[in-house]
Amino acid sequence: MLSIKNLTVSIHGKQIIKGLNLEVKEGEVHAIMGPNGSGKSTLASVIAGREMFDVDEGEITYMDQDIFDMAPETRAREGIFLGFQYPVEIPGVSIANFLRTAINEKRKYLGLEPMTGAEFLKLMEEKKKMVEIHSKLTNRSVNEGFSGGEKKKNEIFQMAMLEPRLAILDETDSGLDIDALKVVANGVNKLRRPDNATIVITHYQRLLDYIVPDFVHVLYDGRIIKSGGKELALELENKGYDWVKKETKTDTVS
Amino acid sequence: MADKNNQILEEVTGSDYKYGFYTDIEMDQAPPGLTEDTIRFISAKKNEPQFMLDFRLKAFRHWKTLEEPKWAHVDYPPIKYQDLIYYSAPRKRPKYDSLDEVDPELLETFEKLGIPLDEQKMLAGVAVDAVMDSVSVGSTFKKTLAEHGVIFCSFSEALQKHPELIKKYMGKVVPHTDNFFAALNSAVFSDGSFAYIPKGVRCPLELSTYFRINAANTGQFERTLIVAEEGSYVSYMEGCTAPIRDENQLHAAIVEIIAHKNAEVKYSTVQNWWPGDKQGKGGVYNFVTKRGICEGENAKISWTQVETGSAITWKYPSLILKGDNSTGEFYSVAVTNNKQQADTGTKMIHLGKNTKSTIISKGISGGKSNNSYRGLVKTTRNAENARNFSQCDSLLLGDQCGAHTFPYLDVGNRSSIVEHEATTSKISEDQLFYCLQRGIDMEGAIGLIVNGYAKEVLSKLPMEFAVEAQKLLSISLEGSVG
Repeated sequence: MLSIKNLTVSIHGKQIIKGLNLEVKEGEVHAIMGPNGSGKSTLASVIAGREMFDVDEGEITYMDQDIFDMAPETRAREGIFLGFQYPVEIPGVSIANFLRTAINEKRKYLGLEPMTGAEFLKLMEEKKKMVEIHSKLTNRSVNEGFSGGEKKKNEIFQMAMLEPRLAILDETDSGLDIDALKVVANGVNKLRRPDNATIVITHYQRLLDYIVPDFVHVLYDGRIIKSGGKELALELENKGYDWVKKETKTDTVS
Repeated sequence: MADKNNQILEEVTGSDYKYGFYTDIEMDQAPPGLTEDTIRFISAKKNEPQFMLDFRLKAFRHWKTLEEPKWAHVDYPPIKYQDLIYYSAPRKRPKYDSLDEVDPELLETFEKLGIPLDEQKMLAGVAVDAVMDSVSVGSTFKKTLAEHGVIFCSFSEALQKHPELIKKYMGKVVPHTDNFFAALNSAVFSDGSFAYIPKGVRCPLELSTYFRINAANTGQFERTLIVAEEGSYVSYMEGCTAPIRDENQLHAAIVEIIAHKNAEVKYSTVQNWWPGDKQGKGGVYNFVTKRGICEGENAKISWTQVETGSAITWKYPSLILKGDNSTGEFYSVAVTNNKQQADTGTKMIHLGKNTKSTIISKGISGGKSNNSYRGLVKTTRNAENARNFSQCDSLLLGDQCGAHTFPYLDVGNRSSIVEHEATTSKISEDQLFYCLQRGIDMEGAIGLIVNGYAKEVLSKLPMEFAVEAQKLLSISLEGSVG
């Protein structure tokens, strides 16, 4: 589904991602872990199409298409979803209005008729139950005055509504208490299907107690320096990032 | 019999289009220039009572002593008043046989606004076929109003049928001496609307100039006069929600509202005159004087305006709060894009005790446009416990546009409370990317964010107006960023 080869990305002349490779297939959940400043959020932004970064080298294909040929909104309509680390506020625009616009843009792109008000409300009720959010939340303006937890739950709710093929969750767990964390994780698990994939970007192992990944990658200084199964996350939790750093250094030497 | 009727109908409608229309133009157009003769010509054409002609001439003589004001934050080449045509009815507009002949760009805009086909035809000036019976729509509407004693007609008709009311109220809120453009309008106004709500009547319909404009084709110098008698209520909507390509450059209108004791008038307008092209060529100069007076106790007037069109907008819908406990409100969204300029705001003059006013102004500027809020809040010595709250927000799209705020406060007594809040913000990259990432394209994202920003004002508009205003905001701002 997603294939990243030798990706090199910089901002203002400073290299952030330095030759990164990643393969994600349908039905898989990948966790990308790494210390602050290792390039995790940059990777997510580049896949979603944020223009502030310069792609110096490498390629990304999504569903066999060159992703750099696609505008950010096209990527979204083709099923790429980014759960933001810092969701922005859009005053005066209700979540319902925002999502209805988004869904109908996508349907238009796919050559489908727009969803009627009744259909939309039905879908919204269904998904609200699924991801366990308060029914009043959708009448409020997008993220305006939301608590940290509400913002992240709102991201998961939007993900449920938009039914992406590839969801990238950028530090969705940061700043959440344990209850909110469970709600977010449950949402992700319920949305998991054999034909979609999820990339979970996280700093802590904690989230991975609830979302069980098929693969864990350690991102350090712009490169994936170690990949493994879910047990790698636990090992990291116990031994810290320094352990991987040392180990890879030894690897390189030997 | 039916066949014969159809034949007559065809002949009448057909001939009206083929011949009558052009003859009309030749007959009803004054030569360019402005002299006392022009004014006598206009007055005679309209078969006006003597007092009306006297009023016009007085205004004209005064106008000649005035100079065009220059204090607004706008910039335009001098207007050659002697080159303008001051009377032309029906206004010179192309007529088409079918929509296929109409400018495709105009049709595209109609499409985006979601205007029904028949309405599109009327707006574009296509000869509407007999199937659509606009006459009956108009008369049902008139019948309902008549049952409640409400008068709603063109200014010309009112001059013929209700001269005493016109004489009593015209020029009482905006006298001909008020300002340069008001004097000009008073001298040469062609037509307009008149609404009168009798004592204790709650007007059963939202009065909309939509019906009347199509019938009368009013020109560039309109006058609107609304009188709400004691304890009455009316919601009045003015303006065209579709783009009008006006050949004439200057639009100088006057609106006067009088609300007596316990009466309430809600005035909403969506202004979308031709703004000129992207280089700033063409477009309407919209220099309008709008003022209302809360004459009696507990009277209430509110202005709600959405300004998206015109090359230059220069207007300050104002209120005189004369009656004790009277209330004034001003809600405004002014959008400028490309090279448009807007200098708009309000004046709240508190004369009575315990008078209250609220000002919410949302300016949105894109492209290379300039958007200014100019407002005056004045409380006189007798206006004890007067209360005002003003909030002026500016939203900038891009970095080549300007937003300015000129608030004037003049507080004349110690018990008044006047508050002013102002903010300036920009649409952030983060907000735009957030929308893009959800599959909403750039135009859609700007439309969504801007509508959210203006929601507080849009929510004050009557329902069907609000929907169209929202669409209009998005369309007006196309190509405003990047």
